Amino acid sequence: MAIPKVCGIETEYGIVVRGGDNNPVSASSLLINAYVNATSRKIGWDFEDETPANDARGFNLDDIFPPEIETSLVNAVLPNGARYYVDHAHPEISTPEVTTAAEAVRWDRAADEIVRASMRYAAEVLKNGAELIVYKNNSDGKGNSYGCHENYLVNRETPFGRIVSHITPHFVTRQIFCGAGKVGCEQTGRQPGDVAYQLSQRADFFEEEVGLETTLKRPIVNTRDEPHCDPQKYRRLHVIVGDANMSEVATYLKIGTTSIVLAMIEDDQFSDEFLLGSPVPAIRQVSHDPSLQRAILLRDGRRATALEIQWGLLEKARKYEQTHGLMAVGEAVGADVLSRWEQVLSGLESDPDSVADWVDWVAKRRLVDGYRQRHGLAHDAAELKAIDLQYHDMRVDRCLALRVGLDTIVEPADAQWAMTNPPTTTRAYFRGRCLDKFPNEIVAANWDSLVFDIGSDPLKRVPMMEPLRGTAEHVANLIDESATASELLDRLGAQHP
Amino acid sequence: MAERTQKQKQTPERADQVVEHAAPAVNESGEKLRAELDDLLDEIDEVLETNAEDFVKSYVQKGGQ
Repeated sequence: MAIPKVCGIETEYGIVVRGGDNNPVSASSLLINAYVNATSRKIGWDFEDETPANDARGFNLDDIFPPEIETSLVNAVLPNGARYYVDHAHPEISTPEVTTAAEAVRWDRAADEIVRASMRYAAEVLKNGAELIVYKNNSDGKGNSYGCHENYLVNRETPFGRIVSHITPHFVTRQIFCGAGKVGCEQTGRQPGDVAYQLSQRADFFEEEVGLETTLKRPIVNTRDEPHCDPQKYRRLHVIVGDANMSEVATYLKIGTTSIVLAMIEDDQFSDEFLLGSPVPAIRQVSHDPSLQRAILLRDGRRATALEIQWGLLEKARKYEQTHGLMAVGEAVGADVLSRWEQVLSGLESDPDSVADWVDWVAKRRLVDGYRQRHGLAHDAAELKAIDLQYHDMRVDRCLALRVGLDTIVEPADAQWAMTNPPTTTRAYFRGRCLDKFPNEIVAANWDSLVFDIGSDPLKRVPMMEPLRGTAEHVANLIDESATASELLDRLGAQHP
Repeated sequence: MAERTQKQKQTPERADQVVEHAAPAVNESGEKLRAELDDLLDEIDEVLETNAEDFVKSYVQKGGQ
């Protein structure tokens, strides 16, 4: 049965220092430290429950993989419930857990604002005119990629093989509305100029259908089995196939449609009608075809375009809404997602430029094509690649995405608020409120626990194994009425939040 | 697949039921976007990095996840 689609977004940002030490690890540390030092007391991350080498297919690769995260690097938990850290030579923000696509966009926008504030604080630390610049993209155009991952809570009872089969067609085709666009090609074995422009930043880097890897031979469906909650009841589907979006509506549709498709998989709504013949070639084929006309091979021998598969998924989702409701993704948000899903497909089908205010790859392509035509440039001109990169520049005065007329969902004041306040609907509320109110008594935090030091007693770990406990409804009064951390722990008693 | 597509397009009966946010009038906003694009192309050189070639060449990242 479909369970609430608790979800979150992790973004690895590109980072550059001009006129100074361009080591990405030290630059990322400087960026994050500048923010943390300026805004709050630093709370360390607790690695007790990290198991990134567990595979959803039932085995453990700890002996093969080195530890994924270097513990010596900066790693902070923010009062909005997010994690801000250095990962693989990139600054990364994981949003707090949320329950709807609308909330996901809001805390993703908050992450953008945290990065912008970090750049301002870093500028005060850097000397001799050096400048630190952050990019919200997924590729350097030279074959190096870094991710924007999504996470979704799924029912442990749902067989993993069923998830793999039926989420793959969506992952291969959803890029027609949530691709961030890219000038050129980075697929191994092909020349950069082989593709003038493609839908996705990431598609060139996917080489397997299913697997545990995230940095090499990336799989369309990642099998990392690290639920960060009760492993008997839940999985966390770790999605590595998406692009980081500058468009709020694109993020909203990416999270919203994927949440609905996952709920449908849990409720066993799919037969074999959308299964793909060869998902890895198909994901490149779809990305490399901005005309949206080329059909991909289905397992049963038919061919269908990405648009046709998306229309089919939407039609099934409409029926699912009628028969099961959309409680799992939030009824109101779910209905709005379906409506916008239809609008974006209609727009892409009739005239992609008509959805340039929603779809990043369309907005960026108009800019690239307009500039190329005006100046009579070749398809692989450096200026066009510069426009591609600068679309994702996080500096407000340099960011091209902020100038192309993208539609917005989140009020600026709401994004500002979410920089320092957690969502009220998940355990992130308990984490964020406690960090804000009792920063001196919390010695460590992670997704599923907080560790308190209240003086004389041994350290106390408060487990949070249920993502939907510790919400404002559950614990707001408790936290409000507790003057000290010790009082809060007494009131919690033996109970988990 | 073709039949499904056809059917879907003929029955957008719920397209007007937008719950939280007003949907943009796609055609009108298309006109607006075209005008905005022209304006942006007029001023983009002031925003773009001055040496595109150097900028693109020096943008090198370590691979991540």
